[in-house]
Amino acid sequence: MAKQKDNKHHEPLFHIVKRDDMPQWQAWLIRVCTIIIGFLFVGLLSMAITEKSLGDTYEIMFSGVFGRLFEGSTTMLWKYLQEIAILLCLALALTPAFKMKFWNCGAEGQALMGGLASIFCMIQFGEKLPYPALIAVIVVTSILAGAVWGVIPAIFKALFNTNETLFTLMMNYIATQIIAYYVYIEGGGSNVINPVAYGNFPAVGNNDYFVNIVIVAAITVFMYIYLKYSKQGYEISVVGESQNTARYIGINVKKVIIRTMIISGALCGVTGMLLVAGKDHSINTSLVGGQGFTAILMSWLGQFNPFIMVVMTGIVVFLRLGVAKVADTSLLNSSFSEIIVGIVILMLVGCEFFIHYSIKFRHSKKEVKA
Amino acid sequence: MKKFAKVLALCLALVMVVGCFAACGNNNADKDADKDAPVVDLKVGFIFLHDEQSTYDKNFMDAAKAACEEMGVEYAQKTQIPESKDCYDAAVELIEVDGCDIIFADSFGHESFLIDAAKKYPDVQFCHATGTQAHTAGVANFHNAFASIYEGRYLAGVAAGLKLNEMIDAGDITAEEAKMGYVGAFTFAEVMSGYTSFYLGAKSVCPTVTMDVKFTGSWYDEQLEKEAAQALIAGGCVLISQHADSMGAPTACENVGVPNVSYNGSTLAACPNTFIVSSRIDWTPYFKYMIQCVMDGKAIDTDWTGTIETGSVVLTDVNEKAAAKGTVEKLEAVKADLLAGKVNVFDTANFTVGGEKVDSYKADVDTDANFEKDTEVIENGVFYESKHRSAPYFDMEIDGITLLDRNYG
Repeated sequence: MAKQKDNKHHEPLFHIVKRDDMPQWQAWLIRVCTIIIGFLFVGLLSMAITEKSLGDTYEIMFSGVFGRLFEGSTTMLWKYLQEIAILLCLALALTPAFKMKFWNCGAEGQALMGGLASIFCMIQFGEKLPYPALIAVIVVTSILAGAVWGVIPAIFKALFNTNETLFTLMMNYIATQIIAYYVYIEGGGSNVINPVAYGNFPAVGNNDYFVNIVIVAAITVFMYIYLKYSKQGYEISVVGESQNTARYIGINVKKVIIRTMIISGALCGVTGMLLVAGKDHSINTSLVGGQGFTAILMSWLGQFNPFIMVVMTGIVVFLRLGVAKVADTSLLNSSFSEIIVGIVILMLVGCEFFIHYSIKFRHSKKEVKA
Repeated sequence: MKKFAKVLALCLALVMVVGCFAACGNNNADKDADKDAPVVDLKVGFIFLHDEQSTYDKNFMDAAKAACEEMGVEYAQKTQIPESKDCYDAAVELIEVDGCDIIFADSFGHESFLIDAAKKYPDVQFCHATGTQAHTAGVANFHNAFASIYEGRYLAGVAAGLKLNEMIDAGDITAEEAKMGYVGAFTFAEVMSGYTSFYLGAKSVCPTVTMDVKFTGSWYDEQLEKEAAQALIAGGCVLISQHADSMGAPTACENVGVPNVSYNGSTLAACPNTFIVSSRIDWTPYFKYMIQCVMDGKAIDTDWTGTIETGSVVLTDVNEKAAAKGTVEKLEAVKADLLAGKVNVFDTANFTVGGEKVDSYKADVDTDANFEKDTEVIENGVFYESKHRSAPYFDMEIDGITLLDRNYG
């Protein structure tokens, strides 16, 4: 390369600089604006495709999420809260692992194993055990099953430094196949396990999902306190920041990794239990339906803060149910809602980039003046 | 900070532009509003397992549209509803939010959840395709439906047998080499009943025919279905048929010029040289029937079985390019015999199991946890399929058909 005499013209048009100086309120304003733009975008795109007015589009979205709430029917509202609860519970489960920079991509499988434990107990012990004992057995085994499925990759990571992303991902496929085989055994050729009448979480009032929602609300508060105020929560952040620092100040990194993944897997197992004992009373391979992966994004978008995660899952589930209703009303392909939700999530992720980095353009004019 | 204000201004500008669009949109909506007005104040809600990308669901979706338009009723749908409590929730939504008076679900695993919904809403009629529990559940507003698709398969089998005869006559294969291949989804009664009737149809015109069956373990897996068809062809099968929902098997046949008898609709466009004929269930007659029943205030049959006569079991046009000469005429003749009751698909005179004729057989008709074989299904030398309930229960493994593998999911 020839020597560049005039550097000015070869300076790139823009470059990216990390910034830590943005005040919180400004960052939040950007996020809120992104969400508003996201919703506008959803409305506009739906409007363009369905040829309905913007007002109608939002009305349909609202009806798909809340139903006839204004007319006093809360059925759909509870369904909405239930969907949030499941996604949130998975996001909460992943958070301690992520905070530790352990990329647990196995929420799907861990939840499936928890669900498997639940349905197994419901079928095997349903007639034999009294109801409280049965519920206790379901809770314990589901937590154990999820924890075991989560801790296996953790042990390998701690002892042999294996790649946890791939390991947890692969464990999902194994879990799916185990479920498929179990359904084959129990379903007897029909490929379907009919709902089991035993060990179902009780309906409160007329509402099947109340117990699930309360459990997840409790987990949310617990996780907030655990991460923010407990010693273990502090250890998790230190290990996440720098393993060497953690070692230097006397934290047993291996122990923290394994302990945290037990918690992460156990909470995924709880989610599986909520899906089986608290909702389907049956199981199939699409029990979790890919939410274990959406939960990864929810954890990140919530910035590992359980209460922000509540808001983020609320938005994403609203979009998913609402846009699905728009698609169904206009007889559109169901991929429509997936695409829309995907784009909005991408916008939310994108706005984080602009919060943490700024783009500096080349200031050629100023330089000329100088 | 200035930059920030700029961004904010941009956002606001966008909001205003959107506002304009919204106003325009409104006008259009008003124009369209009275065009869709229903003739009768009745609404049907459909619950689909997937969407139109699955040929199985598309078949239902097309029929739903056709039937509702013809009957002049409104309808709403929910797609991608898994076989879980989500089916119950979808039914609740269709009833409470959309105000549907009839709910229909299209997948086997929806059944239990639909029964739960039927118990909760006794004034709404619930109809379910392929299910088995209506005749034992004792829920008056819950109904099962299926069609005697084995008759359609039998006819398709006749077309296949004629093609084999033509190949034998031309000297392409010997009579002993007349082996067909069949790609099935699962080793269930629904699939077994289908391939057996297909085989018996072929055997009725080509006595030396044999058949190999492979299962993919999925209703829709294009790659697996393609590979299964290729394996069957490599194993000496000279004609392929399938009971799975993708284009996998037909495409594999077209690639190597092996004749294919399709299912769920015509694959002629993609396979012009090898597609012979296809059978499928047309759900339009059932949908019209259930809507008519509700309109008239009549009870819907607990188990409804569509037939050739009701127009539920249909064949596509025969592809003259691939089919044997005289296929159209022969199919008409056999169809007339089936309609007249002269031919019974599962006539025990026409097949053996383990070299023996079967005189008595108990099938698992009533759903129970232990899959007990509870009902005698052979009367007067005929296995009566879809008589004791609408969904198929023929699950014998007859001579002449070799199961190369099994897959229960």
